[in-house]
Amino acid sequence: MFRLVRSAALAASLAAGVSFGALAGPYDAHKGKTLVVNFPAHPHYNAVMKVLPEFTKETGIKVEVDQLEYLKMREKQTLELTKAKGDYDLIAFVVFSKADYVFADQLENLARFFMNPLLADPAYDAADIIPGYMQNIGVAGGDKGYLAGPTGSLFGIPFGAETSILGYRKDIFAKHNLKVPETYDEMLDIACKIPKLEPGMGGLASRAASGQHAAHAYLLHLAPLGGRVFDNQWNPIINNEAGIKAAQTLKSIVDCGPEGAKTFGFAEAGASFLQGKTAMFLDSTVFAGQVDDPKQSKVVGQVGWAVHPKGVRYGSQTGGFGVAIPKNAKNKDAAFLLMQWLTSKKADKLVALQGGNPIRFSTHADADVNAKFPYMKTFGEALKNADPDWRPIIPPWGKINNDLGTTMSKILTENVDIKQAMDGLAERTRATMKEAGYETFKQ
Amino acid sequence: MQAANTRRLTPYLFLAPSLTVLGIALLYPVGYMVYASFLNWNPSQLISQAEWVGFRNYLFLLNDPSFRESLFVTLKFAAVVVTLEMVLGVGLALLLDRQLRGMTLLRTLFILPMMIAPIVVGLMWRYMYHPTVGPLNRFLTKLGLEPVPWLSDSNWALVSIIIADIWQWTPFIFILALAALQSLPKSAMEAARIDGATGWQQIIHIKLPLMLPVLVVTCLLRLIDAFKVLEVVLVLTNGGPGLSTEIMSLRIARTASEFRELGKAAAMSNLLLGVLMLLTLAMFAYSKFTEARAARLRAAVQDES
Repeated sequence: MFRLVRSAALAASLAAGVSFGALAGPYDAHKGKTLVVNFPAHPHYNAVMKVLPEFTKETGIKVEVDQLEYLKMREKQTLELTKAKGDYDLIAFVVFSKADYVFADQLENLARFFMNPLLADPAYDAADIIPGYMQNIGVAGGDKGYLAGPTGSLFGIPFGAETSILGYRKDIFAKHNLKVPETYDEMLDIACKIPKLEPGMGGLASRAASGQHAAHAYLLHLAPLGGRVFDNQWNPIINNEAGIKAAQTLKSIVDCGPEGAKTFGFAEAGASFLQGKTAMFLDSTVFAGQVDDPKQSKVVGQVGWAVHPKGVRYGSQTGGFGVAIPKNAKNKDAAFLLMQWLTSKKADKLVALQGGNPIRFSTHADADVNAKFPYMKTFGEALKNADPDWRPIIPPWGKINNDLGTTMSKILTENVDIKQAMDGLAERTRATMKEAGYETFKQ
Repeated sequence: MQAANTRRLTPYLFLAPSLTVLGIALLYPVGYMVYASFLNWNPSQLISQAEWVGFRNYLFLLNDPSFRESLFVTLKFAAVVVTLEMVLGVGLALLLDRQLRGMTLLRTLFILPMMIAPIVVGLMWRYMYHPTVGPLNRFLTKLGLEPVPWLSDSNWALVSIIIADIWQWTPFIFILALAALQSLPKSAMEAARIDGATGWQQIIHIKLPLMLPVLVVTCLLRLIDAFKVLEVVLVLTNGGPGLSTEIMSLRIARTASEFRELGKAAAMSNLLLGVLMLLTLAMFAYSKFTEARAARLRAAVQDES
């Protein structure tokens, strides 16, 4: 018996020796390791869970997933990343965490991994990954600190990223001979026509509830209408003409929306579209998976998709999640291999086929993916307009975002003067920015 | 001499373990919070890396209109909720303090709302308040009345969370008041009846004064809870519309997790703690005062006899 074990061990070490010497695959050195990763409970990552066994089969690296609700995930990560030795080898982060984690020097710069011939796959084709996503989620340290640019570098790779898209009811549009809106004027016109044409039906489902929901809904219109929150000197310009127009736009949308629209969150806005109570939907692509599921939707087969309409420019949202390697991770090299594998062409397609949100142009154009999800091609088109700077990603943003959300909620529910409300917001934002040190160079 | 010293120290020796536990479990976290309130502390930093800012967080809060609004909303909410719950709870207890068939079942039914998890209460009421499919508005429309914008109007939103809170917490007052009523001395009631006191007179002059010590504590417990209510508001309105229902605990939670300003959140918690301490002290002072007055009266009666 002992002899048998010994000879088996000998054979194994010989085999290992051979593979190290001559034909070492990138994964051999890490075979048998277990990676601990932190993912959110989110449709994209639910799809990823179905694809992960494929990675283990292919590489011999095991993956243990800690899946948390996404706000909980952020709290947990904040604690984990400050520890000397972390439990996570790879984390999925919400896009606005990028500012906090990178600023606190808690994420690995990916350059040294992509330079390492033992780790980097030459066939990775990073140019195929949607640039808007890459700049918004992955890169930090360039323009304005949070964008790409000559001084920027890569800290994460988008994974589970999303953009905004317009969904519309094909049957209702055909019935009243309406043209799918390509511009904001057309969209607003139709949104307010619908309640008259179809009594009881709202024009466009939007979120509007106080806080994050209202802020998100506003920002969705700000970029296409030509606005920004700050100019290049960090002065708040949210109260300029474009900023006010965006607020008016949101107000018209909510006023012409379904009943109760003023308190809608993302889920309620989506539900009102799925229940057939609204004719259009303008928000994240993550919503698309539910439309043709008869368990959740009463409008199966009746929904068409179009790119986020143009105001003075195209500018659809970029957001969602990215994956990154914490500085305090134990198995960084193996974590990089998993990250590279997950965001490769092959896995991106596998995840997309399971209902995830692809990050590559090639996946959006893929025949198999389009056969299963016919809207994917439109989404690929829409992604060409993805605006990485539609929302600032700076540490004080949480506070400003909340103020924006409550101000917007007041505009939507209390009939306050829009110009006055936005001026107040800009003034408070300036104070917050000053406190955070953004006026240091103005003195 | 030494023996006497040892004897004197013995009680403290026995107290020492519990004092240590108390010190660690109670005072350490409170002390930590007080310390944190003087820091500019971001959750991505260790506490040792945070910058000491003295009273800046407190000064900021006192000048922050959003904080003032949230404090005002909290005070308004707590005052209305506790007053109405006390009136309803004690009223119900007075009504149901009698031998009826099926009383036990009825009492159990009455305290059910209290046992439901707050998140579920929030979700349930959110559905009830739904502008179109919610039972409340459907009922109003059936009666031919205008539907009410329960959660989407800033005045109605506060009313809506007040209704939900009253629904959930009146039973708490009710069971405590009922227990107090049932433990009142029978002799006092009998004496009152023999003296010909009417039902109302019995309630106002006998029952309520005798129940007062229990009611004071009940009211205090409710008040402390009302200042800390979070989940129901979170689910129902998330603080909106605008800031109209953003109570303190919600603002504290937001400051810590969304704004990532742990120092300010700690300062806010300390201010809330301060307000609660003041209320508690006032209540105890009041009950001490009434007890002293009762004792004085008793002494006077004894002197006369």
